[in-house]
Amino acid sequence: MTGTEAGRIMLSVKNIEVIYDHVILVLKGVSLDVEEGRIVALLGANGAGKSTTLKAISNLLSAERGDVTKGSIIFDDQRIDQLNPSLVVKRGIVQVMEGRHCFAHLTIEENLLTGAFTRGGARAEIANDLEKVYSYFPRLKQRRSSLAGYTSGGEQQMTAVGRALMARPRMILLDEPSMGLAPQIVAEIFDIVQNLNKKEKVSFLLAEQNTNVALRHADCGYILENGRVVMDGPSADLADNEDVKEFYLGISTAGRKSYRDAKHYRRRKRWLA
Amino acid sequence: MAFFIEVLISGLMAGVLYSLVALGFVLIFKASGVFNFAQGAMVLFAALTFVRLIDILSETFAPILLSLAITIVVMIVLAIVIERLVLRPLVNQPGISLFMATLGIAYFLDGFGQSIWGSDVYALDIGIPKDSMFILESVFEGGILVSSEDLVATLIAGVLVATLAIFFQRTRVGRALRAVADDHQAAQSVGIPLNYIWVVVWSVAGLVALVAGAVWGSKLGVQFSLSLIALKALPVLILGGFESVVGAIVGGLIIGVGEKLSEIYLGPIIGGGIENWFAYVLALFFLLFRPQGLFGEKHIDRV
Ligand SMILES: Nc1ncnc2c1ncn2[C@@H]1O[C@H](COP(=O)(O)OP(=O)(O)O)[C@@H](O)[C@H]1O
Ligand SMILES: [Mg+2]
Repeated sequence: MTGTEAGRIMLSVKNIEVIYDHVILVLKGVSLDVEEGRIVALLGANGAGKSTTLKAISNLLSAERGDVTKGSIIFDDQRIDQLNPSLVVKRGIVQVMEGRHCFAHLTIEENLLTGAFTRGGARAEIANDLEKVYSYFPRLKQRRSSLAGYTSGGEQQMTAVGRALMARPRMILLDEPSMGLAPQIVAEIFDIVQNLNKKEKVSFLLAEQNTNVALRHADCGYILENGRVVMDGPSADLADNEDVKEFYLGISTAGRKSYRDAKHYRRRKRWLA
Repeated sequence: MAFFIEVLISGLMAGVLYSLVALGFVLIFKASGVFNFAQGAMVLFAALTFVRLIDILSETFAPILLSLAITIVVMIVLAIVIERLVLRPLVNQPGISLFMATLGIAYFLDGFGQSIWGSDVYALDIGIPKDSMFILESVFEGGILVSSEDLVATLIAGVLVATLAIFFQRTRVGRALRAVADDHQAAQSVGIPLNYIWVVVWSVAGLVALVAGAVWGSKLGVQFSLSLIALKALPVLILGGFESVVGAIVGGLIIGVGEKLSEIYLGPIIGGGIENWFAYVLALFFLLFRPQGLFGEKHIDRV
C-alpha cells in the first residue's frame, strides 16, 4: 500500500521465548520484522500470545512477572530487550495497550499531555503537537476537559492513540484497537491509523483478532497460534489463503467443513512453523 | 457562642496537623499502593534532624534556613535510599511484603534518628510567636481568644497544601504522579519511569512530615511522642478514605474539631479524656457504616 519508501527493517524480533511466573511458557520462539513505514498486522485468536509479544517489545512484561528468556529484540540495529520501558519510549516505540488504559481521573487533555512526559519541558513544541493530535481527532478537542473515565470506548481509544502520538514515536504497538467498538468507530480509527502512517511516517505493529479489518489496512501480517508464528505474508496473500479464509475470516469454502479437514489443516500449520 | 467558636478554632488547628500527617500516607498509598507505616517515624526523624541542625549551625548567619534546606535534602536522600533498597527489590511482590518493609523502615528511622541525634526532648524555636490574641472583637463581646502559634501553624499548613495542589494539578511531574496513581502500567507504557515517581512521592511525603514535625515540635518540643502522631492519622484515613487527598484534609479537621468539642461538651457528662479515644470510636463507626470513608474515591468502571 505505502511501499515506496519502505524497505529498511526497523524492528526485528528474533526467536523470543516468554515465560510468566517462571513456569508458564507462552511464546515459544516468535520472530517477526517490521519494515520502516509499514503497518504490520499480528493476528491470532484470543490467547495466542499477541499482547505478550507487544509487551515483550515495549518491556512492560516485568509488571506482570513475565520474562523474555530467549532470543533478542532489535530496533534501529540496537538491542532493546534490556531497556526499561521509559527508555524504549525514548527510542521511539510506544505501546497502546489492549483495553485503552486511559487515566480515568485525568481529563482527555491531561491524558494526552502525559504522553509527552519523556520529552521534558519543551512547552511550545508540545503545545503544537497537542493541536496536531486534535486535528487528527477533532472529537477529542470537544471533550478535552472531560474526565477520560466518563467518555465512550471510541473516545478512549482515540485518547490512547493520541497519548501515544504525544511521545513522537516512530513506531506504535497497537493492541486490539477494535475491541468492543461499533463497526463505524472501528473504521474511523483504522482510517486515522492509515493516515498517521502516511503523513506522520509512524510505523505500526497492530495486534488484532478482527482479521478482516486488520488485513484491509495492513501491508502484511503474521498469524500467531499458541505462541508460535504459523503463517506470514503480504495482506493480500493472507486474505486469499484458503486456511485463513476459513479459520480467521469466517468464510467457509465448500467441501472444507469436516473436522478431519480441520485436523489436517492444523497438522499442516505445524509444518509451516 | 464565642467560647464555642474558640473551641472550634483550636480543634481546627489541631486537625490541620492530623491532616498533614494523613496527607503523607495518602500520597504514598495512591502512587504506589503501599500503606506506609513509617510516616510517623518520618515526622520524628525530620523534626529531630531539623532541631539538632539548628543547634549545630547556631553560629552561622541563618541557622534556621540553613537547617531547613539541609533537612529537606536529607529527606530527599532518604526517599532515594528507600526507593533503591526497599521499593525496587520488592516491586511486584505481594502488598503485604511492602507493608512489612515499611514497618522495618519505621523502626530503623526511630532507632537511627535517636542514636545520631539523641533522645531527649528538644525545644524547637523557629520564631513562631507564642502569645495569644483576641480577634473578631466587633462581632463577639470580648472577642475570640486564639493562640497566634496555632494561627501560624494553620497558615503554614494551608500554604503547603495549596502548593501541593498546584504541583499536582499544574505541573508535568504532578500530572505524571496522578497518572501513576490511576494506572501504573499505562503510565509505564507512555514512558513515565515508576522509580522516579516513587522518589518524588516519598520526597513529598518527607517534606510534609518535616512541616508537620516542625510545627508540632515547636508546640510540644521535639520528642519520641511525635512519631505516635501517626496513630492519629489512621482514624483520619478511615474517615477520609485512603485514596483521597481532600479526604485526608477534611478528615483531619473533623477529627481535630470533634476531639475538642466532645472533650468540652461531653466530657462533663461521661467523664474526661474523650480526646484520647474519640477519633478511634468515630473511625470504628465509619468502618461499620461507611468503610470507603467520606471521600473514598469513586472507582470509574467503564469499558
Ligand atoms: N500475566 C500473565 N501471567 C500468566 N499467564 C499469562 C499472563 N498474561 C497472559 N498469559 C497467558 O499467555 C497466553 C497469551 O496471552 P496474550 O498474550 O494476552 O494473548 P492474546 O493477546 O493473543 O489474546 C494466554 O494463554 C494467557 O493466559
Ligand atoms: Mg491480547
